[in-house]
Amino acid sequence: MSLHTACYPVPGIPIPGWLGYTVGYFSGPFSVMREPLQSVANQGAEDAFSEAAIAALRHDMLRFARLQLREEAAAEDAVQEALAAAYVARDGFAGRSQLKTWVFSILRNKIIDILRQRTRHPTQSLTADDGSDMEVEQLFNEKGMWHRQKRPTDWGDPETELDNTQFWRIFELCLDELAEQPARVFSMREFLGFETAEICAELGISESNCWVILHRARSRLRLCLEKEWFAQG
Amino acid sequence: MLNCKDTTRLLSQQQDQSLSLRRRMALRFHLMMCSGCRNYNKQIDFIHKACRRFSGKE
Repeated sequence: MSLHTACYPVPGIPIPGWLGYTVGYFSGPFSVMREPLQSVANQGAEDAFSEAAIAALRHDMLRFARLQLREEAAAEDAVQEALAAAYVARDGFAGRSQLKTWVFSILRNKIIDILRQRTRHPTQSLTADDGSDMEVEQLFNEKGMWHRQKRPTDWGDPETELDNTQFWRIFELCLDELAEQPARVFSMREFLGFETAEICAELGISESNCWVILHRARSRLRLCLEKEWFAQG
Repeated sequence: MLNCKDTTRLLSQQQDQSLSLRRRMALRFHLMMCSGCRNYNKQIDFIHKACRRFSGKE
């Protein structure tokens, strides 16, 4: 896929306010990045590229990128490049939902590229147990059965939570609690859609290791959601 | 017979690959009797859906 090759604005195309912001990122001080979108007139841009639409989209993209890259500057960078690529190709969009799908697919490709570069220089063992799995282990008795008080509970109809912004805040917090390496494997599987065989190849681990890591990550995440959201009523 | 710990491991693995018939039967048998593991299964299914939404796929 070469969706992510057209990263920068091309000369001759008028640059709207939110994209001018990209220039600020590359040339200005760090604080510039955090300022609200500049209210430069957005001549001729379609609805999908209105400042409000882009601000909302940018917020979702940043959240997504930040969780996986775990580095603010790299996340900002990837998001701005994805938005810039989308803007260059803006004539092809029918509307907002199509833009979102497209720009997220560019962003996913950018994140994959960055993660690939990073895994060539791994800093930590992927399978090391950082001790945070104790809490999951303690849910079971010596026979490997759930302790009565610690059985997973019925979450009812949890899909209604997907429209609740507060839920997403907790979801994000729980993801943040995963150690870096399990979080990376989990992201590659659940957010970027890699098959486990591909993850193993990328990270140089065995497939059974991959399943162990994914299982730990899911178990931590569901425990965190249960405690921090569903048990709170 | 599977205990709950092994069951959760297999339920997670089932999200990533298809299991052998023997394992699927063992899982089904355990789930019939264990509400904790049934809930675990629904919960990781939900997490999968939430991740799809989060990554702009739905």
